[in-house]
Amino acid sequence: MKTLRTAEIGSRVKVVRLHGEGAVKRRMMDMGITKGAEITVRKVAPLGDPVEITVRGYELSVRKADAEMVEVE
Amino acid sequence: MNIRIALAGNPNSGKTTLFNALTGSNQFVGNWPGVTVEKKEGKLRRREGVTVTDLPGIYSLSPYTPEEVVARNYLTGERPDVILNIVDGTNLERNLYLTTQLTELGIPVVVAVNMIDVVRKSGDRIDIPELSRRLGCRVVEISAMKGIGLDEAVEEVLRAAESDKTQPVHRFSEPVEQALSAIEARAATGFPEAQRRWYALKLFERDEKILGKLQPDAAVAEAVEKEIQAVEQKLDDDSASIVINERYGYISDMIRHCYRKKNAGGLSISDKIDRVVTNRWAGLPIFAAVMFLVYYLSMVTVGTFATDWANDGLFGDGWHLLGIGSSAYEEAAEQYGDSDAIIQAYLSAYGNEELAAALDAESESYNAEAVGAALGELLNLVPADASVIYEVTDEETLAVTEYASGKTDLEAAVEAYLNTEYKAAPGAPTPEEYGVWVPGIPVLAANGLEAAGTPEWLDGLLLDGIIAGVGAVLGFVPQMLVLFLLLAFLESCGYLSRIAFVLDRVFRRFGLSGKSFIPMLVGSGCGVPGIMASRTIESERDRRMTIITTTFIPCGAKIPFISMIAGALFGNSPLVATSAYFIGLAAIIISGIMLKKTRMFAGDPAPFVMELPAYRLPTVGNVLRSMWERGWSFIKKAGTIILLSTIVIWFTSYFGVVDGSFRMLAEDELEYSILAAIGSGIAWIFAPLGWGTWQAAVASVTGLVAKENIVGTMGILYGAGGNVYASLAAAFTGISGFSFLVFNLLCAPCFAAIGAIRREMNSAKWTWFAIGYQCGFAYAVALMIYQFGLLFTGEVNVIGLVAALAVLAGILWLLFRPAGRRGLKKAVRTAS
Repeated sequence: MKTLRTAEIGSRVKVVRLHGEGAVKRRMMDMGITKGAEITVRKVAPLGDPVEITVRGYELSVRKADAEMVEVE
Repeated sequence: MNIRIALAGNPNSGKTTLFNALTGSNQFVGNWPGVTVEKKEGKLRRREGVTVTDLPGIYSLSPYTPEEVVARNYLTGERPDVILNIVDGTNLERNLYLTTQLTELGIPVVVAVNMIDVVRKSGDRIDIPELSRRLGCRVVEISAMKGIGLDEAVEEVLRAAESDKTQPVHRFSEPVEQALSAIEARAATGFPEAQRRWYALKLFERDEKILGKLQPDAAVAEAVEKEIQAVEQKLDDDSASIVINERYGYISDMIRHCYRKKNAGGLSISDKIDRVVTNRWAGLPIFAAVMFLVYYLSMVTVGTFATDWANDGLFGDGWHLLGIGSSAYEEAAEQYGDSDAIIQAYLSAYGNEELAAALDAESESYNAEAVGAALGELLNLVPADASVIYEVTDEETLAVTEYASGKTDLEAAVEAYLNTEYKAAPGAPTPEEYGVWVPGIPVLAANGLEAAGTPEWLDGLLLDGIIAGVGAVLGFVPQMLVLFLLLAFLESCGYLSRIAFVLDRVFRRFGLSGKSFIPMLVGSGCGVPGIMASRTIESERDRRMTIITTTFIPCGAKIPFISMIAGALFGNSPLVATSAYFIGLAAIIISGIMLKKTRMFAGDPAPFVMELPAYRLPTVGNVLRSMWERGWSFIKKAGTIILLSTIVIWFTSYFGVVDGSFRMLAEDELEYSILAAIGSGIAWIFAPLGWGTWQAAVASVTGLVAKENIVGTMGILYGAGGNVYASLAAAFTGISGFSFLVFNLLCAPCFAAIGAIRREMNSAKWTWFAIGYQCGFAYAVALMIYQFGLLFTGEVNVIGLVAALAVLAGILWLLFRPAGRRGLKKAVRTAS
């Protein structure tokens, strides 16, 4: 399963599904990471976590642990 | 006509700018009840009877963050007459997500597309009529910063409040709509028609807060659940996700029809800045440089200058108007140096009573001629090869340093005493002669009271109680304003979010946010602005954690007593101060890890999904306003606590029973005071820490007024024998002294900081928890230091050692036990 965590920097991916439930999932989806959304992985923070992504035209910081819940293709 | 407007929108959408533009200076800033979220209300400019309530910046009306809950409760409970929804025109897609939720509430909505100037400049076009049709509400274009379209927006809002009935236009997929209709009919008929759909939707999403509020009976709940499950099975997802997906689907479609982008791709200026600022290699050095600048400006140069003026000038002896003459005076004072001390030392070694009387500046017959003659005689009496040791006491730490001097030193001192430039009488130079000297408030008040002939107790109450208390409140303000100015700039230009991005990895281990760095950095200068700086942290939990732990860092006011202990008991070893900083840091880390696992801080983990807003140059007005708002709210909310506590401590330390009669005491009669009685009463508590004396207990209590007071109190209580440091060395061992130091370092901060905690926590319960935790933690650490320290000296106290071991075991367990976070476990289980 390919996730947002394993997606390469600079790559453009499409969200297939969100795993997890409750507040965590809800928050990610509220911010626009929904099924079919296109995400560009921008860069990793200087200390290796979190990652910066572009989704729906704006920049978002996501922790790697949370990025793991986003299945992409 | 009374109209209530609710201003809603995403964070970083320009909501604050719009609010300020709409209301001008008619604002009331407070907190929403029970949470640390700020509440602002204002009267609309040039309109009678129109109130604007600024809701917290939110992305959604989900029930998870305190901001969202507050906004939702206000909208559904108070039901404002109209919602003004500000959306960022440069980021329409995500901003409209909230809009689609707002239009479902059954309250008229007006959408203001902000930053329209930026949109137009980039050549993009927004089809406003089409947007309006698809949202089902009025839409206007504005630029809050440039002041474009604001009057039209107000007109539309007022018109909407009168006549509109906003109905959501967007429809969900067929299965969802069917379920919604069924749920509406079953469970939401008790509401006015306009609100039924919203409640049905919340029931469909299984919103716990709404379920708890409605309490549908079992049969209804079961029927609703059945509807939900049918849809979930059909669409293969959970109901809340289905709703979000379809919402965003509708919005994407809307954007395609309403938003024409001129050129896709290409890096904006903001992107270019971000490339450098959060760069893998340059990110940390840039961060360090920015932090250095913040610290340097607020804590070292401008801020400290301002606070010194407030404390030593305005609420101290006085100051030179415009600072003219200060440096000349300081130079003269430095040149004059220890002349007084040298003359006194020779006077007591070689002089006589007659000379001493002539040199007594306090006496009524003091005059320049007699002084000159007396000093000449003193010089004659001192043999050429005389060598006298004189003492100089440091005002801050009471450290006494001894210097050897010969007759030439005395000659120089006499010369300085008689001939320093700019002085009215012989002796040390006086600041009045060097510029326009403005006396401080306490001096003026003291003179006024003396002239009025008020009773002694009233003088004391006014000077040592009230004026000192007000001074304690206001003394922090200038420095705080400098810091808030910098913070407001960093916040509104977008860099603060990048700090959180850069530091998140380190801080989240301790249950803190990357944004906690600034409060802690600032806290090393002064804890009060440090605590106030926690306002910028987005998650309430991180905010609370930061507030509790910030004051563990030794602040500027703790340095004097740390130096005092180091000087009296550890031969001025620099290791003592260094260890204080390490202990402070360790306390933050350990507390973070321990508290993170407690039930108070557990619960649903808020994921760290944070917007990194585009860089923008903030407006001067907004930055200044934000600075002033924070400063003023400190004065108002923290002021009362600080003032009251100062008065209470003043009363208990200046009144007491002497020889069976209750009366007011002189400063050096502290041992008879009520405070001393309280100290004796509670001293036993500190016996296990190695310093169960009433003096030490009293010193700790007065430290609550201001930590530097510990030194003054110790000076009075241990200074009877002359040398404070020697008495301290006799009263404390190295171990008990260090235990005393650590306790006072970590325990409850001064009243000003407690006031700030109260202001930021916005809850008595959380304030008491913070103070209780700090004191408890300080006690535990000091206990371990003393009892384990005794092990090395071989004077083991078995009961104490057992207690210390138990405390150690308890802390270790709290540190290493598995996290009891329900939500996390769930997330892990479903992810694997």
